Amino acid sequence: MRGNPESHHFIDAANLDEILALLAKEPGEWTAIAGGTEIMVAHAAGRLSAKKLINLWGVPELSNIVVTETHLSIGGGVTFNQIRHDATIIAEFPLLAQAASWIGSIANQSRATIAGNIVNGSPAADAPPALLVYDAEIELISHKGTRRLAYSDFHTGYKQSLLLSSELVLAIHLPRHHEQQIKYLRKVGTRRAMAITKVALAGTASSVHHAITRIRIAAASVADRPLRLIATEAALLNEPLNESTLSRARKALWSEVRPIDDLRSTAEYRKQVIANLLDEFLTQIARSSPS
Amino acid sequence: MSSRQFAIQFTVNGQSARVEAPPLKRLLDVLREDLGLTGTKEGCGEGECGSCSVRMNGALVNSCLVPILQVEGSVVETVEGLTVDGELHPLQQAFIECGGAQCGICTPGMLVAASHLLSHTPYPTVDEIREGLAGNLCRCTGFIKIFESVISAAAKKGSQAHAR
Ligand SMILES: Cc1cc2nc3c(=O)[nH]c(=O)nc-3n(C[C@@H](O)[C@@H](O)[C@H](O)COP(=O)(O)OP(=O)(O)OC[C@H]3O[C@@H](n4cnc5c(N)ncnc54)[C@H](O)[C@@H]3O)c2cc1C
Ligand code: FES
Ligand code: FES
Repeated sequence: MRGNPESHHFIDAANLDEILALLAKEPGEWTAIAGGTEIMVAHAAGRLSAKKLINLWGVPELSNIVVTETHLSIGGGVTFNQIRHDATIIAEFPLLAQAASWIGSIANQSRATIAGNIVNGSPAADAPPALLVYDAEIELISHKGTRRLAYSDFHTGYKQSLLLSSELVLAIHLPRHHEQQIKYLRKVGTRRAMAITKVALAGTASSVHHAITRIRIAAASVADRPLRLIATEAALLNEPLNESTLSRARKALWSEVRPIDDLRSTAEYRKQVIANLLDEFLTQIARSSPS
Repeated sequence: MSSRQFAIQFTVNGQSARVEAPPLKRLLDVLREDLGLTGTKEGCGEGECGSCSVRMNGALVNSCLVPILQVEGSVVETVEGLTVDGELHPLQQAFIECGGAQCGICTPGMLVAASHLLSHTPYPTVDEIREGLAGNLCRCTGFIKIFESVISAAAKKGSQAHAR
């Protein structure tokens, strides 16, 4: 049954400090709404259990992309439309720009925010794999101040994370690498637009003489959370790209993914496809590697 | 601010609007019920179909997913705003001429999404049209006549949309 707007309390605070003060004063009572593309869908279906909602859309401290010498920082309230059109992101973090352009439709991208995508915690979300391969850090803010964590530690289980009820996502920080990297991103879904990911793989790498000197790999929809593939990376680092390395990498991959059957796909399909995507990425590395 | 009624002011199609509504009420319902602007349609009610498309501060949005509290002070454009002094917008004319509308339920959303596309990409390629309208579903036309309508409207403005 459709939700009734009158059964929720929804307020706009004067500024970020006031929002944080409220989250601290009544722990767990308040749910933030940014672009609403998750919350309003839940509301439409009558499954929005949160009774007290507080507005985050348009909060200036969350709305900007800032570039410094060492980092690119994306405010939690930045939309995927901003991300896909940002010149520095397109130039230096192209996988993130690409992932952003795949998130729903144009109308969805103009509202969907990066923090909403992360905090919603879907293992199928499109931004996380790109953030993981770029070594993102996540900065959380509460009335007490801020703390900054490696994003790869943030998700702790299915829709579980290190975010406390008194905290908001202030920003995502991406270290700027200036060297050339080989990059890979592929999303497998039912159709090209507006499709929830069945399996996705993101990767970046550098290689010299056919040996991999730096590699990051992350995937969506192969575990209970967005996953950086640490064991697979370790099987490839400093190794020559030959048959035995490839087979060890595939074994490592299968040891660390935990795909499931659900309404969009099966575990077996996901296991095969993620291995195929890894092969495709490694073939691309082999081709672009100066010998 | 009470959860029941909330006074909000915004601009719709160039005119100032004031309504009192629960802050979580959808922009879609405020347009249709409080302002009588029933051109904007509801299909899915969950962001998938685009029949509720409107522009808010120049961005294309699904009005079924926008709570009215977030519209305060905004500039909203609906399908009704496309017609000026009784004169159809070139897109509306093209949809009629090219058979871009059948049952019509998707048409207002298609028109708003297409006008948004043309506002920043006056001569779109077929791929750009496909992407611009990817969030708008039509169960009647098979889409081709809709794409042709957009190409025709763009062409009338002076140039050709080139297929890639
Ligand atoms: C039709 C449709 C298609 C979609 N397609 C895709 C897709 O292809 N790929 C994909 O990845 N996603 C997709 N999505 C989901 C995507 O829109 C969301 O994940 C979006 O990014 C969430 O952001 P939001 O601002 O709209 O979140 P909201 O709905 O406002 O909030 C979501 C959650 O995040 C919390 N939150 C928001 N901001 C903060 C913050 N700063 N700090 C702490 N918590 C916060 C909220 O409290 C809430 O729990 C789709 C959604 C729809 C409706
Ligand atoms: S009714 Fe809003 S997208 Fe379908
Ligand atoms: S004309 Fe009927 S849904 Fe498009």
